[in-house]
Amino acid sequence: MKGARASRTTIALKLGMAVSGFIFLGFVLAHMYGNLKAFAGHDAFNEYAHHLRVLGEPMLPHEGALWILRLGLILSLVVHVYCAIVLWRRAARARTTKYVMKKDTGATRASLMMRWGGVTILVFLIWHLLNFTIGKVNPSGGATNDPYLLMVDTFDLWWMTLIYIVAMLALGAHLHHGIWSAAQTLGWTGTAAKRQRAKVFGFVIALIVSIGFSLVPLAVLAGIITK
Amino acid sequence: MNLTLKIWRQPDAVSAGAMHTYQLADVSPDMSFLEMLDVLNEQLNDQGEDPIAFDSDCREGICGMCGLMINGDAHGPEVTTTCQLHMRSFSDGETITIEPWRSDAFPVVKDLVVDRGAFDRIIQAGGYVSVNTGSAPEAHSVPVPKDDADRAFNVATCIGCGACVAACPNGSASLFMGAKVTHLGLLPQGQPERDERVVNMVAQHDHEGFGGCTNIGACTAACPKEIPLDVISQLNKDLRTAIKHGH
Amino acid sequence: MSHDSHDMDMPDTVTATEASPSGSLDGDYDDAAGYYTPGTPLVDGKAPQGPIADRWQNRKFEARLVNPANRRKLSIIIVGTGLAGASAAATLGEAGYNVKTFCYQDSPRRAHSIAAQGGINAAKNYKEDGDSVHRLFYDTVKGGDYRSRESNVYRLAEVSTNIIDQCVAQGVPFAREYGGLLDNRSFGGVQVSRTFYARGQTGQQLLIGAYQALERQIAAGTVSMFTRHEMLELIVADGKARGIIARDMVTGEVQTHLADVVVLASGGYGNVFYLSTNAMGSNVTAAWRAHRKGAYMANPCYTQIHPTCIPVSGSHQSKLTLMSESLRNDGRIWVPKNQADCDKDPRDIAEEDRDYYLERIYPSFGNLVPRDIASRAAKNVCDEGRGVGPEVEGVRRGVYLDFADAIDRLGRDAVANKYGNLFDMYARITGEDPYSVPMRIYPAVHYVMGGLWVDYDLQSTIPGLFATGEANFSDHGANRLGASALMQGLADGYFVLPHTIRDYLADGPFEAIGEDHPAVVEARTSVTERIEHFLTVNGTRSVDSYHRELGNIMWEYCGMERTETGLKKAIDLIRGLRDDFYRNVKVLGTSESLNQSLEKAGRVADFFELGELMCIDALNRRESCGGHFRGESQTEDGEALRHDDEFAYVSAWEWAGLDERPVLHKEDLVYTAIEMKQRSYK
Repeated sequence: MKGARASRTTIALKLGMAVSGFIFLGFVLAHMYGNLKAFAGHDAFNEYAHHLRVLGEPMLPHEGALWILRLGLILSLVVHVYCAIVLWRRAARARTTKYVMKKDTGATRASLMMRWGGVTILVFLIWHLLNFTIGKVNPSGGATNDPYLLMVDTFDLWWMTLIYIVAMLALGAHLHHGIWSAAQTLGWTGTAAKRQRAKVFGFVIALIVSIGFSLVPLAVLAGIITK
Repeated sequence: MNLTLKIWRQPDAVSAGAMHTYQLADVSPDMSFLEMLDVLNEQLNDQGEDPIAFDSDCREGICGMCGLMINGDAHGPEVTTTCQLHMRSFSDGETITIEPWRSDAFPVVKDLVVDRGAFDRIIQAGGYVSVNTGSAPEAHSVPVPKDDADRAFNVATCIGCGACVAACPNGSASLFMGAKVTHLGLLPQGQPERDERVVNMVAQHDHEGFGGCTNIGACTAACPKEIPLDVISQLNKDLRTAIKHGH
Repeated sequence: MSHDSHDMDMPDTVTATEASPSGSLDGDYDDAAGYYTPGTPLVDGKAPQGPIADRWQNRKFEARLVNPANRRKLSIIIVGTGLAGASAAATLGEAGYNVKTFCYQDSPRRAHSIAAQGGINAAKNYKEDGDSVHRLFYDTVKGGDYRSRESNVYRLAEVSTNIIDQCVAQGVPFAREYGGLLDNRSFGGVQVSRTFYARGQTGQQLLIGAYQALERQIAAGTVSMFTRHEMLELIVADGKARGIIARDMVTGEVQTHLADVVVLASGGYGNVFYLSTNAMGSNVTAAWRAHRKGAYMANPCYTQIHPTCIPVSGSHQSKLTLMSESLRNDGRIWVPKNQADCDKDPRDIAEEDRDYYLERIYPSFGNLVPRDIASRAAKNVCDEGRGVGPEVEGVRRGVYLDFADAIDRLGRDAVANKYGNLFDMYARITGEDPYSVPMRIYPAVHYVMGGLWVDYDLQSTIPGLFATGEANFSDHGANRLGASALMQGLADGYFVLPHTIRDYLADGPFEAIGEDHPAVVEARTSVTERIEHFLTVNGTRSVDSYHRELGNIMWEYCGMERTETGLKKAIDLIRGLRDDFYRNVKVLGTSESLNQSLEKAGRVADFFELGELMCIDALNRRESCGGHFRGESQTEDGEALRHDDEFAYVSAWEWAGLDERPVLHKEDLVYTAIEMKQRSYK
């Protein structure tokens, strides 16, 4: 393939996934930090939520910084999902006749559920945005203009917490493989030792994120965080 | 040993195939897997049934011609080539499922034989150093650090069997490609063409219809020469560098 | 590491003494009388004269040039893509010729050169240990037991240094020292370190280098590659080789490929023995078809048998695997003294009941006697019924190679360090742990020195037909030294053929011939009739069963030790078996698709004819030299005895027709730069 363009290759798509994935990782960590403010009580949590909206004022308009972040995230989402769909379709076309018997020796469960795990996270994300950002749906019918109360009302319902926990497990699994995979895609794991470090790093971050996010809903359900 | 064998039969590239079941008695544990199939073929020939076509040549694990999906594992349950797998790895009364490599880039030719010409075309795209015969400088004119030479050798032991593709859930040939890109990239002789090499090889890989890598690692687990995943990292890095250089 | 000498010719502590024409000759008695027709002497018309060191330079200068603009109009067919074929195809493609290359495998990278383990010799003298082109030349001629042509061998030694430069530039990852320079080791018992290596996979790395160079030319459009194509006939039109008939093994299509010149780089024919270390597909068909069209076959009986292979485990055995001979440095070879002990666990056999037969018969060399002696001794003890391991067809063919003493002396770790990878390989194949149970070994065929007769230009007796690599006979005489096969294949392909072939092509392009040319029609017809015959016999026996039986005959009577009686018996047996084969073989399926039985049938048919010629050649050569040992020609100690006064010639055989006596043309071997000496192990 003389004169081929590097930017048109599958590896370029993977680089797109890796970079956008790392942007999400940064967002998720910051988001988790914010969530944990719930343990500091109603005012601290709401002040944090409010602060996000006035960040950068008066240099930036109201919610300016927030929208810059949101645009960055939306762009990452488009890139991540687009690349995933293209690669998924390529993989499907690469083996149209399936094996009668196939073991995936050497593969972790997390690595094999990246795509359906990603879909799960996407579906959850839509609900999550409807729940807390766009629709501000309070499933228990309570207040919607108070972030703290909205959160506590939501997780007081056991099934909401369950949905949330399942989503966080999916996110954890996604990060467990995704972080090391992104490092590999970016070419940072050229030796066995570096590969091992990337895998451990991915696992630890996945653990921190999934536990960190699960603490607040579980605390609400357990009555540790209350109105 | 007595075995039940479920084997993919397909008369040619265009006809439909199906799994057929055969019984084979008195299999010696000292037989290689392919010798077991030889014995089955003698039995079929005696019965007037077309013998099963499968590829093999050196039968000492180096030419890369053999390769079967055995009970869901490329080259079977051991880390070796199909020809070096022996029947003592199976037990009496076992049912063994035998299929060809499944990849749309490796179309089935007949029964268990596939066409791996795509690998040759990937090499044609850039898996070489452009040096005409007779134009080489004295061998000692460029020293190569021993560590680099050793590592280049380790990844250059790839036998091009296609097990990586067969095992990969995405049907990617990244391990094969990465091994060549890493081998030549580690040596001073490989530097002048390094950027074009990786871009052209990856483009050819995509063109052949192989899938993209998602770093699952099934390839390296199936690789009879134990080529490590490092080479895929190096492949990615080389491509990223090529992008940076404007390719 | 110790996975070195897949083919080392150890040891070289042999002292060369002056040749003494032996007196044990039986006057004019000719063992092969009645089996062949004496022909006219053969002279290499291209053999250059003058000082040996100048001959190749002179020949290169004298060989005519081809204008670059004309090269595209000249077409070259190359059959085989091993070291000799791939390197030639790449080089001729780079030069701008129009090249077509054929291999029976699915990719040129599969060729059996890939299995060579040990290394490649080159007279670089990087160790400053007294090596030189002349010394490599000398060692090769001596190693070949003075049965090779000195001009060819000198050239081989001369271009050996270029090979290393070329391979390094291609990115072949040879072993290196800490300073970054190439490492060398001593090999084949020679006293200089001239062997370049890439761990135990030198053949693989060199072949991949040549393969990549070939693929580069395929991409450039100078070479067209035909994989899964098998040459089934040579087209000789108006006295010149002008093309081949090939079968597309996938579609079954019989194709005509025409060219100005044909090169056979189709490897060796060790598979005539059925079991050998060759690849399953290695065959003689390309060379044999050329032989039937007029190319002489030279020294077909010269076979190299390697003593340390993993023994046959049962009648299902399809091939043999070689292990480095370095194992004999620390392992002790023995069999039980009593037949009754042969099926016992070797660990239960008391020391006094063991026969360390090499140490007993050859006290000074012990387990390190040369290959041929070690091989023959193993056969003898097994024939006596004292072999060990599984009984295959009533005989146990195996002897113990025991590391118990070495493990006691050096410790398990030291042994593992030295031989670990070999032990692992052995354990994988046999399922036994060589650290606790003695290994079993047995000799196996692994290289043939014989092949198509070629002149100095590598051209056969058919104008326009060249042969390179193991397919020709030229450089190794009666025995090949370790690490020299790779050297010869690449020397021929990269540096010799591209120069000599141009002298022939300077007269081209030759008059175009069409598919309707009588020679083409005849060749095609013979191919299709043969295929048709195999598919319609519908007998009762499989091709493999005939091949196995032929192999047994060859191994028994034309293997490690050949005698007049045995060889004559073998010829009768082969003829009978061949007749039965044509009447009773069973090949199912059609020729219109992949049909592996049909492919094998054609190959085995040619092995029958070759096998017979090998026996006749062995019968004629009533001397022992290199890999050819005649029971009638040995010293009292059982050493090989050469007869330079009678047999210092190349036997070049001309095909006279099926069931006709082949014609023997003798090319006298004249040494001007070297003196003939008899090897001795006293």
